[in-house]
Amino acid sequence: MIFFKLLFMVCLLLLPVSGLAADDGYGYPIPGPYESTIMGTPASLKPQFPVHMRTRRLVLDIYPDRKKPPIFFYDEGLLCTLAFQKQKAPLVFLIGGTGATNQSPRLITMMKSLYHAGFHVITLPSPTLANFIISASQSRVPGDLTEDSADLYRVMETAWQQVKGDIEVSEFLLGGYSMGASQAAFVAKLDEERRVFNFRRVLMINPPVSLYSSVTRIEELLKQIPGGAKKQGFFFNRMFSKFSRFYRYGNFVAIDEDFIYSIYTEKLFTTPETAGLIGLSYRIGLAGMIFSSDVMTNSGYVVPKNRVLSSSDSIFDYFLVSTHLSFYDYFNEYFYPFFKKQRPELTKQALIDSQSLRSIEGYLKSSTKFGMMTNEDDFILTKAELDYLRQLFGERAKIYPRGGHLGNLEFKDNQAYMVDFFRMGSTP
Amino acid sequence: MKITSHYGRGFALTAMFLSLSLGGCAASMVNNTEEVPAMHSINEFKDQRFAEVEDPWEGFNRSMYRFNFYFDKYLFLPVVNSYEFITPTFVQQRISGVYNNLGEVRNLTNSLFQLKGMDSLTTLGRFVTNSTLGLAGMFDPATSFGLERRNEDFGKTLNYWGADSGPYLVLPIFGPSSVRDASGLAVDSGISYGIYTAINPFGNTGNSFVYDTLVTGMGTIDARHQKSFRYYESGYPFEYYMVRFIYHEQREIEAGMPLPAE
Repeated sequence: MIFFKLLFMVCLLLLPVSGLAADDGYGYPIPGPYESTIMGTPASLKPQFPVHMRTRRLVLDIYPDRKKPPIFFYDEGLLCTLAFQKQKAPLVFLIGGTGATNQSPRLITMMKSLYHAGFHVITLPSPTLANFIISASQSRVPGDLTEDSADLYRVMETAWQQVKGDIEVSEFLLGGYSMGASQAAFVAKLDEERRVFNFRRVLMINPPVSLYSSVTRIEELLKQIPGGAKKQGFFFNRMFSKFSRFYRYGNFVAIDEDFIYSIYTEKLFTTPETAGLIGLSYRIGLAGMIFSSDVMTNSGYVVPKNRVLSSSDSIFDYFLVSTHLSFYDYFNEYFYPFFKKQRPELTKQALIDSQSLRSIEGYLKSSTKFGMMTNEDDFILTKAELDYLRQLFGERAKIYPRGGHLGNLEFKDNQAYMVDFFRMGSTP
Repeated sequence: MKITSHYGRGFALTAMFLSLSLGGCAASMVNNTEEVPAMHSINEFKDQRFAEVEDPWEGFNRSMYRFNFYFDKYLFLPVVNSYEFITPTFVQQRISGVYNNLGEVRNLTNSLFQLKGMDSLTTLGRFVTNSTLGLAGMFDPATSFGLERRNEDFGKTLNYWGADSGPYLVLPIFGPSSVRDASGLAVDSGISYGIYTAINPFGNTGNSFVYDTLVTGMGTIDARHQKSFRYYESGYPFEYYMVRFIYHEQREIEAGMPLPAE
């Protein structure tokens, strides 16, 4: 996932965009769901905070006996980040979206907002991240909401054990975005049985209703590539050459914010191209998940079974192979067979259905602890799914007119809403 | 957000670390189980390869990448972290300013080598302004006067005079580079060393060796302090290739390489 973010430098500093969007009282400036998703929030419209923040890096050894393959020699445990107050305060656990590390920019912005509002915060990587698959996933096969959430719960317990001697906590809160939002719902449900944290409030930001359906939306973006996803290499090279030419002819001094800003204002990429780039960056992230899981389970999916890769072996061909596999390939050839082996009666449809908020809708509807934020134009949702969320959460739903998928998450109004949500009814 | 790494001149423990790190790889696992071909392989896809960079010494480079990870972990970053812990942020920024200002000498010589008149004047203007009004570079008034920094180095100069980047190369401590950029780095370091020796700023103190070492050591720490890049921090198993691609393309694009065919 990091890739196009680096390429486009999602850190689009100081974008002075204004007056672009409709005047509807909502100040997030970028219209267009794909554009906002890629561009995110201009730095000048993010909340501003002092630089100083008391943080500690947590390295969690969840499975001390697990042997790690030599290719992952650098992985010493699950990485999480704690930001802590000196005094007693509520602790918020935050779960990142697909492919997010504990340091991903969105999590860090959320952490800063909450820290400067007086909360302790622990950021958790997504269960789809290689680090999580290697160090914290029991099955080492990511994508199942129930199992991933049980893994997350174990991680939270371990993290809490590690920090509870050093910080004073008044109560626990939970939040997540994108796939992390769905996981937050399942984690909260599990907590109703286990009662370790008794989360007082749980916030879901840009959740998918059904993982399978949302991934279908994203896979469809790749259809906008000429020749489809199987020709992503041609597409990538063509887009990249466009990018270089633009730089060359524009007399830019460096690949910096001015350059990135002009890519946007000059509309270097058409809308289908932008859609294709989002789809491709998603595939590049997915490739990391597929490869890591395959190595950890020795399934012979993209790496030959029983091959032991050393830290200096070339794995570039595995990168190319993995990026060419769709989510459907992963689901049908790897994920479903894995669960089918454990539960022979399991049908594909039942597995798909269990990856949906609908499977716990009774709980979500009745529990007052939930809040949900999303956008009218979040393209991972169909119209029907958006209506479903509206009806499911009712008063507890906050729906913004634009922002695409997560584009407006770091916008200051959204951050303020999030902080207020966690503050509400708090016992200081 | 440059990945270019110019960490300074601290080679003291390199040799020792190198032998440790490379020795580690030799003890590979013995595997008696027979391999079974994977379900998917590269041959089934009829597509262009992408994000690839010429890298004939990948095995060596990946070992060096690993070495840098350990060097950072056990020596470089602990030192940098202690520095950040004991030094107020304001002081850190002033120190970075001074070293960045000294770096203008490299920008200037290389702008001149590339016959870039306007850039040379801009850089000279920056250097003079920041050395005087900016108190030896502690502050940067030049940027607010419209004199923006133009980063140049001998790698770009070589490119200007027609040298190809050559294969990708991961240098110990300095990190991602290429054959051309590594030669450039050597030349730039030689020039700085020459100028420094000629001026010999601490020649009359009687303790010049101590001061020179301090200046160099501080420069090395500051350079690492200014880079946010951390090896393997992305948690992405193909990080090596992403770093390689972005480093290479950023250098090519900024050096103004001939355009690829559409």
